[in-house]
Amino acid sequence: MRFTKDHEWVSLDGDVATIGITAYAAEQLGDVVFVETPEVGKSVTAGEGLAVVESVKAASDVYAPLTGEVLEANAALAEAPETVNQAPEADGWFAKVKIADASAYEALMDRAAYDAFLETL
Amino acid sequence: MSDETLKHTPLYAAHVEAGARMVPFAGYAMPVQYKDGVLKEHLWTREHAGLFDVSHMGQARLRGVSPLSAFEEVTPGDFIGLKPGKQRYSVLLNKTGGIIDDLMAGRPDDDGLFVVVNGACKENDFKVIDAELAGQVRIDRLEDRALMALQGPKAAQVLAIHAPDAAKLAFMETAALQAFGVDAIISRSGYTGEDGYEISVPGEAALHIWNTLLADERVRPIGLGARDSLRLEAGLPLYGHDLDETVSPIEAGLGFAVSKKRRDARDFPGARRIAAELGGDVTRKAVGLKVEGAPAREGAEIADAEGAVVGVITSGGFSPTLGYPIALGFVPPALAAAGTELKVIVRGRAQAAQVVATPFVAHRYVRKV
Repeated sequence: MRFTKDHEWVSLDGDVATIGITAYAAEQLGDVVFVETPEVGKSVTAGEGLAVVESVKAASDVYAPLTGEVLEANAALAEAPETVNQAPEADGWFAKVKIADASAYEALMDRAAYDAFLETL
Repeated sequence: MSDETLKHTPLYAAHVEAGARMVPFAGYAMPVQYKDGVLKEHLWTREHAGLFDVSHMGQARLRGVSPLSAFEEVTPGDFIGLKPGKQRYSVLLNKTGGIIDDLMAGRPDDDGLFVVVNGACKENDFKVIDAELAGQVRIDRLEDRALMALQGPKAAQVLAIHAPDAAKLAFMETAALQAFGVDAIISRSGYTGEDGYEISVPGEAALHIWNTLLADERVRPIGLGARDSLRLEAGLPLYGHDLDETVSPIEAGLGFAVSKKRRDARDFPGARRIAAELGGDVTRKAVGLKVEGAPAREGAEIADAEGAVVGVITSGGFSPTLGYPIALGFVPPALAAAGTELKVIVRGRAQAAQVVATPFVAHRYVRKV
């Protein structure tokens, strides 16, 4: 698993990246009440909007950590957005994206680097 | 604004110790939520009792020869007819009938008028009142006093233990009395739609009283996040969002704050505009909306069934009690009837929304004791 400074996580299986928000981000957001996931087939660019996650209080953008094409969105979040709080780095994933460049994945932070980054916040 | 310049209420240390997330609000560092989070805090208040620090709000006594009649020069309420022990919700109006602030003003005793105004507006409010009523009233600001709100269905049972006399108050009644061993000003009112009280106490006694109330297992501390979602469900407007200096009380659905006597007399700021609006010459009205899909937040456009933009959301979010998004916004009067099908534009997409009556969640005020 790799991480961004915007608190997204990515796990890579072949050329398919599964993307979500970290436990830290979920805790900061508070209770998630709505998730807007991307449409299948949409092209996403690293650093641009991938999804929107809404707490009672506010809407927050979730950015694509990598460039690619959306293969699947987590439809279960429509009925159970609280999954993002309950299992942010597992069942609370947002989208699966087919990526062109696996080296960009390796360039993201690993767990140790992300944990060190959290210490600076 | 950096943390160093933010003011602290007398309860600041208690919030930090309780694990609150502190945010800048009205120039103060205030708790937006505690460890439970907005959703749980909201539901706890609806089911039990929530305790809110609202010491950032402006408290003052207006004193003078006849502060009640003087106050009518800046508001459309019937204050001459305000009996001892009663308080009213009112609005401070500018010359064109726009709302400078909304406020509570009451007579807890015979010592003039006790007013509570919004924290973010207080400096300007007292400047305006002073400018308009100079020579008639003296504004004695009570900056050494804290204010807390105890709200929810268990609030009365809890407060009765510490202030038996306060339990005799009905909704919108107020009294200066001894409670918790100090001089308190307690009113049965609040801004959540629930039964409850607002409790003004000397700042140095606030921490002890806060902790005393929280020692009751029915009471939990509630942050500004849940205060906002609670008042939204109750259909109560929030200044700076649903109300501003361009909005009249008639547009805002606050016609009840323009008393019958004053409507006839037309002797308040902006009376010409407000009389015209009461006669039907109004271009926008505040409505409640039930929203399908993503929450529509402040600033989102409202469109009619054909997709033409007709208005704007002034506050909106997810309703924890109802389980779907709700919003307040302005639309033309022709589209303001309950049942009207509209659209809200969220991130470029039109979502269905329906005009519904407010409050979204029924008020549970105790009008008779």
